[in-house]
Amino acid sequence: MAKNQPVGGQAPVVQRIRIRYAKRGPLRFTSHRDFARAFERGLQRAGVPIAYSQGFTPHPKISYASAAPTGVGSEAEYLEIGLQREVDPADLRIALDAALSPGLDIVDAVVAGTGSLADRIDASHWLVELPSVDPADAAAAVKAFTELDEVLVERMTKQGRRSFDARQAVTSIAVVEQSGRPSEADGAPCAIIDLVVRLVTPAVRPDDVLSGLRVAAGLEPPVPARVTRLAQGTLTAQGEIVDPLDADREPALPG
Amino acid sequence: MSVRSVFPQLEQLLPRVSKPIQYVGGELGAVVKDWDATTVRWALMYPDAYEVGLPNQGVQILYEVLNEQADVLAERTYAVWPDLEALMKEHGVPQFTVDAHRPVRAFDVLGLSFATELGYTNMFSALDLAGIPIDSADRGDDDPIVLAGGHASFNPEPIADFIDAAVLGDGEEAVLEITGIIREWKAEGRPGGRDELLLRLARTESIYVPRFYDVDYLPDGRIQRVVPNRPDVPFRVAKRTTMDLDAWPYPKKPLVPLAETVHERYAVEIFRGCTRGCRFCQAGMITRPVRERSITTVGQMIKDGLEYSGFTEVGLLSLSSADHSEIGDMCSGLAEQYSGTNVSLSLPSTRVDAFNIDLAQELSKNGRRTGLTFAPEGGSERIRKVINKMVTEEDLIRTVVTAYSNGWRQVKLYFMCGLPTETDEDVLQIGRMAHEVIKAGRIAANSKDIRCTVSIGGFVPKPHTPFQWAPMERPEVIDARLQMLKQEINSDRSLGRAIGYRYHDGEPSLIEGLLSRGDRRVGTVIRRVWEKGGRFDGWSEHFSYARWVESCAEVLPQFGVDLDWFTTREREQSEVLPWDHLDSGLDKDWLWQDWQDSLTEYEQDDCRWTPCFDCGVCPSMDTEIQIGPTGKKLLPLTPVTSMRMPV
Repeated sequence: MAKNQPVGGQAPVVQRIRIRYAKRGPLRFTSHRDFARAFERGLQRAGVPIAYSQGFTPHPKISYASAAPTGVGSEAEYLEIGLQREVDPADLRIALDAALSPGLDIVDAVVAGTGSLADRIDASHWLVELPSVDPADAAAAVKAFTELDEVLVERMTKQGRRSFDARQAVTSIAVVEQSGRPSEADGAPCAIIDLVVRLVTPAVRPDDVLSGLRVAAGLEPPVPARVTRLAQGTLTAQGEIVDPLDADREPALPG
Repeated sequence: MSVRSVFPQLEQLLPRVSKPIQYVGGELGAVVKDWDATTVRWALMYPDAYEVGLPNQGVQILYEVLNEQADVLAERTYAVWPDLEALMKEHGVPQFTVDAHRPVRAFDVLGLSFATELGYTNMFSALDLAGIPIDSADRGDDDPIVLAGGHASFNPEPIADFIDAAVLGDGEEAVLEITGIIREWKAEGRPGGRDELLLRLARTESIYVPRFYDVDYLPDGRIQRVVPNRPDVPFRVAKRTTMDLDAWPYPKKPLVPLAETVHERYAVEIFRGCTRGCRFCQAGMITRPVRERSITTVGQMIKDGLEYSGFTEVGLLSLSSADHSEIGDMCSGLAEQYSGTNVSLSLPSTRVDAFNIDLAQELSKNGRRTGLTFAPEGGSERIRKVINKMVTEEDLIRTVVTAYSNGWRQVKLYFMCGLPTETDEDVLQIGRMAHEVIKAGRIAANSKDIRCTVSIGGFVPKPHTPFQWAPMERPEVIDARLQMLKQEINSDRSLGRAIGYRYHDGEPSLIEGLLSRGDRRVGTVIRRVWEKGGRFDGWSEHFSYARWVESCAEVLPQFGVDLDWFTTREREQSEVLPWDHLDSGLDKDWLWQDWQDSLTEYEQDDCRWTPCFDCGVCPSMDTEIQIGPTGKKLLPLTPVTSMRMPV
């Protein structure tokens, strides 16, 4: 099948662009695999000059930073693409966003600087909505959780059932004060927890923290939580999370 | 009356089910309209899982045709898996559409596309979840019209008591006509309620309303007659035929799913209908005459479809794609247009000749090679004459040799088991043929590293085909033949190693046979099976043969018939068949003659290249063969060099 060999190879990568995207509303149920397929088609639709790997089945040059679990919404997912022709990242953002379903939204695009995206992500900021849970009960559970040094929880992993600490990775957890904004249309109570978790191994996810609240204080939400990632990036000493794309942005011109 | 989305309730169930993405909609191409700004509202259902239903061309075409009308709203709904079904029942969440998550019961029409009869039990689940009475007779003015379409609707008698109406044939124009009738009836203030609307539909003479027809039976269980029970509906209901496919270039905006589905490609029908005359093939019989889409329309549809969807795969679909009068120019033109891109083109190849390989060769110029599939259908020369599949063993060997010597390492061969008059010997021939293929292939490729896969499907006699009178073979006989064939293939270890063998057990085919040629009495069986938990009968992990057999034994004796009576019994010429009042255009006398010809192994040629053989379709349906060549060519595409910005 020698005649079937790709001739000349693929065009080289001349520009790398880092992208922040969001998974919103019903499309938070998009799995990472589903998103990856949709994104590749989005590149096609938008006419983005994506570069391809060499070989018999060339793959588009896309690499993903840690992806939120299926069913979890996100305002801050990251990926990097390699292009065979330089483009204006602002144009790319607009073209690509228009090419994806509403709910899969391209929020930001910058030309990649030095260093890797993954090195700039060590923590994640989550919002956890607990419909039909009284905020006072949630606050009590959070208090019990924070008073402990270690909260062992269990989760099924590929290696089987595993037990690990869900407490140490949590750098901040608090029930959000609500000024009369019930998230449910029928006005039922809804507790909202604001959560910052460091990236550790094994990963501590929001549902692990919820397991921790059950272990620490017996909090049992009657319906599944609605979780959104608000940000991920570098955790500063002040507890702020720095957008990993900030380092790639050119310094703003004065005036 | 506005309708609320059920999504807030559904959302709480989704984290607890597998693959929730299939229930949330949000596909590219999905349309969400303001409920109150529309007057006629359709819920379109493909009664199988989303991953199978979403790519369905029929539903996609009708969805687009309907939504192009300003005052019409069409949304889609699919069968929900048992995990979600249980949760929906527990929490009172009704069957919903994936587009705007509206309850199905709120729509004017629930249109179901039955590509296969094995979707019937899923219709029951959907009606039940929707809160729509299962029996058509129990429905009131607030319930949608339950309308069946798709190939199975050429004999909807087994579900006659559960649907309100059926459409036979092409749907593009039918849905618009039905929409017009509903629009007018609503504008008049819904005079006469549901019955009047059904009557207006029936009066078109091409929409079948089962409740206006009575079936009388003879003492021996056969049908005596099927006649209208009121004077103002036609004795026979005719199928629809959309002529001039260039005027209907759908799908223009194909649905692009987020979830993984069985086909992820832009599919374009290059023609509809087939007159090859394979006697087992219901699709070929009921979709006549052949109507080609022109090479230029096909080229334009692919260009627009790929730009719109972002798909990188194109399928050139039809019942026998190599038969398009300009297929050569089409394939070379497309290969030229997309050379240097990552678009791959495929031609589902079934025709057994070297020309097919030229086409596949042309399409794979660009790099990626799709598989080659040939369908001799029958193992022996004799059985191929019975089924009118005019392929000799030399044709097949020559074809696969060409494939192997052109670099293909694998071909797939498709056959059927359980064909009329079939003997063990006919099936064993499949094994010997596969051996010859490998022997010749090794020489042609000058390599031992070649393979072929033999895939066997179960034959099911279908209404409106010459085999509609044929007896089915018993499942245990089929299974024994399949085992014999396995031994035959492996009788030579060296050759057997290079042959893959795939087959289906005989039992599901027998049930498909019951549903295909059943009458209204079979409806009681389907209902019983569903009540006992029958769902997703097209999926081997959900299908239960025992449940079907048991249900037949429980409900059929009251009618003096049984499962065998519907399946393994040969019908006589004089017997009234359950679908005789439904007109596919095929002359019943011609079908009978073709059945007799089959038994004497007499072949029938194709009317595209030989004179008309009077199957009856063109004159009775007032249609004609529409084929090229047009003489036109595909022009090179202008390369795209900038990103497509939204306008």
